[in-house]
Amino acid sequence: MLLVVLEHDRGSMDEAAREALTFGRGLAAQMGAPLHAALIATDDAQMVGEAGAYGAEAVYTVVDDVLADFSPEAWGEAAAQLIRRLNPEAVLAGGSERGNEIMAQVAARLDLPLVANCIEVQPDNGAGEWTMTRQQWGGSLLEDARLDSERPILTTGLHAVAAERAESPVEPAVEQVEVDLDPSLARTMVKDRVVLEAGVTLSTAPVVISGGRGVGSAEAFAPLEELAAMLGGRVGCSRAVTNNGWRPHSDQVGQTGTRITPEIYIASGISGAIQHWVGAKASKHILAINIDPEANMVVKADWAVIADLHEVIPAITEEIKRRRA
Amino acid sequence: MRILCCVKRVAAPGAKINVTADGLAVDATHLGFATSPHEECGVEEAVQLTERHGGEVTVLTLGPPEAADQLRYAASVGAHHGVLVATDGSAWDPQRTAAALTEAIQDLEAADGPFDLLVFGNESADSGGFQVGVRVAYALGRPIVNGIKGIEVVSETDGGVVRARREIDGGFEVYELPMPAAVGVKEGLNLPRYPTMRGRLASKKLEVAEVASGAEPGGQSLVRLHRPREAVTETVVLGNGPEAAPAVVDVLEELGVV
Repeated sequence: MLLVVLEHDRGSMDEAAREALTFGRGLAAQMGAPLHAALIATDDAQMVGEAGAYGAEAVYTVVDDVLADFSPEAWGEAAAQLIRRLNPEAVLAGGSERGNEIMAQVAARLDLPLVANCIEVQPDNGAGEWTMTRQQWGGSLLEDARLDSERPILTTGLHAVAAERAESPVEPAVEQVEVDLDPSLARTMVKDRVVLEAGVTLSTAPVVISGGRGVGSAEAFAPLEELAAMLGGRVGCSRAVTNNGWRPHSDQVGQTGTRITPEIYIASGISGAIQHWVGAKASKHILAINIDPEANMVVKADWAVIADLHEVIPAITEEIKRRRA
Repeated sequence: MRILCCVKRVAAPGAKINVTADGLAVDATHLGFATSPHEECGVEEAVQLTERHGGEVTVLTLGPPEAADQLRYAASVGAHHGVLVATDGSAWDPQRTAAALTEAIQDLEAADGPFDLLVFGNESADSGGFQVGVRVAYALGRPIVNGIKGIEVVSETDGGVVRARREIDGGFEVYELPMPAAVGVKEGLNLPRYPTMRGRLASKKLEVAEVASGAEPGGQSLVRLHRPREAVTETVVLGNGPEAAPAVVDVLEELGVV
């Protein structure tokens, strides 16, 4: 059995978990093994149903007082106990920040290797080793790796596969599994949550308009803000901008910032270093505005305007206003 | 406070990244090296914490002898001690790295007492295994939370408590870890300072303690590195000035985002 550990946050499944189920469906078929799923800290019927829609034949749920809110240590220990109990041939999770964290906890507790951010996996065909291709540098570089492990533990590269429901959904068998969690594991439980903004965020916005070094100052982001507000989008930025203190780090698109997936990404005054490209490449469409026609961002964009962003952005805003009038 | 920071020496890439002929490493000939960004912020945070609460920062790295450069850089921005677990420069897998770091920390603690806080990067910029900090913290029995972009000491009595913030969509989560504790930090935690002239001089005097490790390889091994096949994009140039605006808005309308 291939067990997919599903990431979720207070009642809704994470996109990375859907990606892992999609990837896992193919991997389970290659292994000739059934696809099962695990829900830690919930037995939510809707998520069980969703796992079935993605092809999971069975869903194991673990509910315990120590799992009252997210705690990486408690979730990791619960998943590790579940794995010892179920004895799956391999374990998979989505490669989100939290998914990788939980699997690291699991691997540490089971004293097994963890191969993070895989995009291709060849299961063992009798030789005792698995081989895989995984992402380094946030996906700018790929690593072919070998894995010698009695029980492969893997995560999938974030957004490396698109989530896709199974052709024929199944009604999964549900089994609640008891675990024995030491209350001290709650020492890493979330104590509080602070909401800073309601509405669309960088990772959910349909339109992201970013500025780079070429914007020139914190104040010069105002026209980008105006255009973003008009389109129901968000303003992002490059690492150079946060390093200059022009915008908070939470606005940064990139390997060390947010990986965005908007319908269109408008990158203005951004050269497109690999660190930035990693965060931008999952955008469905890209428009680059840059004075340099050879800039990496321009070469990789679907559309480009080769001009000064300080002239182009206000002109786009005016054109939208004119058409709306 | 006694704080230990683990850092990794990584290549400093720009627009693209090349691989050596044997496929086993990044060709850094034209790139140079730097401290992995998350860890650079980790060092800054550790230094700030000791500036506020007193104490010392020890920086630990595992890598080739040249990784001492990253320890010296940390010293130039305020770290007090540097320890290098020397390797032959080959890529160590995450289990082996974690075992070697655990052993080094145990030795340092046996000699000088426990660290209140262990600071790791959430993941290294290059190999990105997302696990070394968690493995070390687990082996040492310390609580650890990843994704941390804010640290504050809220109590110094009875071991103390560290409050840590983790960014989530549209806000943040708050954790309170009893010390001794560990955190996996991310860039954005702070804006690292630049070395001062005095810092640079201090870093030259840093005595780097070099230790060896007998840690055995783990189950994951590198076969080769290669660049992903990139889709060739035919970029459509919509114009060369503000007069391109109508064409841009046409595109936005076509995508249904206006």
